[in-house]
Amino acid sequence: MQQPSNRVIVTVIGEDKVGIIANVSTLLAEANANIVDISQTTLREFFTMIMLVDMDKALVPFDELKRRLNVKGEAMGLRIDAQHEDVFKFMHRV
Amino acid sequence: MSIQFSPQEILETIRMVQMENLDIRTITMGISLRNCAHPDLEVAAAKAYEKICRAAERLVAVGDEIERDYGIPIINKRVSVTPVALVAESSASRDYVVFARALERAAATVGVNFLGGFSALVHKGMTPGDEALINSIPEALAVTERVCASVNVGTTRAGINMDAVRRMGEIVCETAQRTADRDGVGCAKLVVFCNAVEDNPFMAGAFHGIGEPDCVINVGVSGPGVVLRAIEQQPDIDLGELASVIKRTAFKITRMGELVGRSASAKLGVPFGIVDLSLAPTPAQGDSVARILEVMGLERVGTHGSTAALAMLNDAVKKGGAMASSHVGGLSGAFIPVSEDAAMIDAAIAGSITFDKLEAMTCVCSVGLDMIAVPGDTPPETIAAIIADEAAIGMINRKTTAVRVIPAPGKKVGDMVEFGGLLGRAPVMALHRESSAAFVRRGGRIPAPLQAFNN
Repeated sequence: MQQPSNRVIVTVIGEDKVGIIANVSTLLAEANANIVDISQTTLREFFTMIMLVDMDKALVPFDELKRRLNVKGEAMGLRIDAQHEDVFKFMHRV
Repeated sequence: MSIQFSPQEILETIRMVQMENLDIRTITMGISLRNCAHPDLEVAAAKAYEKICRAAERLVAVGDEIERDYGIPIINKRVSVTPVALVAESSASRDYVVFARALERAAATVGVNFLGGFSALVHKGMTPGDEALINSIPEALAVTERVCASVNVGTTRAGINMDAVRRMGEIVCETAQRTADRDGVGCAKLVVFCNAVEDNPFMAGAFHGIGEPDCVINVGVSGPGVVLRAIEQQPDIDLGELASVIKRTAFKITRMGELVGRSASAKLGVPFGIVDLSLAPTPAQGDSVARILEVMGLERVGTHGSTAALAMLNDAVKKGGAMASSHVGGLSGAFIPVSEDAAMIDAAIAGSITFDKLEAMTCVCSVGLDMIAVPGDTPPETIAAIIADEAAIGMINRKTTAVRVIPAPGKKVGDMVEFGGLLGRAPVMALHRESSAAFVRRGGRIPAPLQAFNN
């Protein structure tokens, strides 16, 4: 596989509200996961935030980070998912 | 480094995994047992057990690891082995059940739910080892849970071995009787093939062919739910455009198989064989191939138009998938098992799909008459004739076909048969009552067909 990356894409979908970025970035900082890029958009009246996160120096494994994000999402009434970058690379780039 | 994907692309992928049951159906490790042959069958079986346990020791752990890394569920981890008849034949023993038991123990030790390869290739004739294996099938499938058996009775190049077909009719009935207390579930683990492929990762018909390396990783992708959703969103487009939608979807699904296969191969240090891009249903809601045909515009699967819809679906899946993977193989097409597909079960209960229509549909898709419950008092010659019909379709059309029917002991047309789990449930379907016995008893071989004048 060409240069194995250890980056994940975090997506937050739901109603826009105060503190989404703060909450998610705090959670990622606690895990020592580095936010490389961030974008926001509104798709079909839903607020959508997408983050590219580097897990190279992360203190927790990917599945644990994913679990924490899911829990945080539920607490905030949002849907938060994380997926490895390679998945998107394979699916959408020939 | 910035995000290289549009929000739409990202959300599409998330939706496929979260809502539409996109998953990798199976990672199957093919293991050669050719170096396990021994004059003493007990020793051969012990060698096979050890080799499987050594080769597949980390298979399940690596599968789980990939599942965590990529967040894509990998439903099954499985093992396929060299057709056992080839390995066991060197021994003096003519009862291969001991070998099946060793395979069962190996499957349990490495933690896989099915192990395929209790098989023989007899399309032109039988050796004593092939005969011994076939005779051992009913008991082997009754005393094991995970072992799957298959027998290849025909090929396009060799024709059909009708003596083997006749014998397999008896073996299917005997296997059902041996597992009568469980609705004949033994037959759910027994496939009779024409043009069997050597690298199929899907059970029950998987075996590790003789042209394969010592050890190999094959991946079976699925995703009827994803295709279903893509079609549902396009109620008004014509069939040409619909084929394009299916191709694009199949491409994306297959890419996931390629990613998982490469990753598993690297982690296990085993060569990557093929991606099998089949649409394989499960009894779960939203995971039905029959439902796709209905969303294409049929009131219920089995009605007129089903064969055409399936032909298009099958071809579009192949076209999209072929581009997505460096090596496509296995069966690669849409599966139409009855008991494993919720919409197919409904259609069978409602009577809109019949045995004959299923046979017609197998002409245009992989693989064959699959997981169909038939009356328990069906004569062996009728089962053999069903096998002969299906093998003829495969032989003439140069494709793989298979029969996996279950003559459910004590059950009549309309009764329900419950296998549970992935094997599902099915109503017993009606067969023709007229006898085919005289035809089947003629025996001999149906000659290989001409490869020209194709009309």
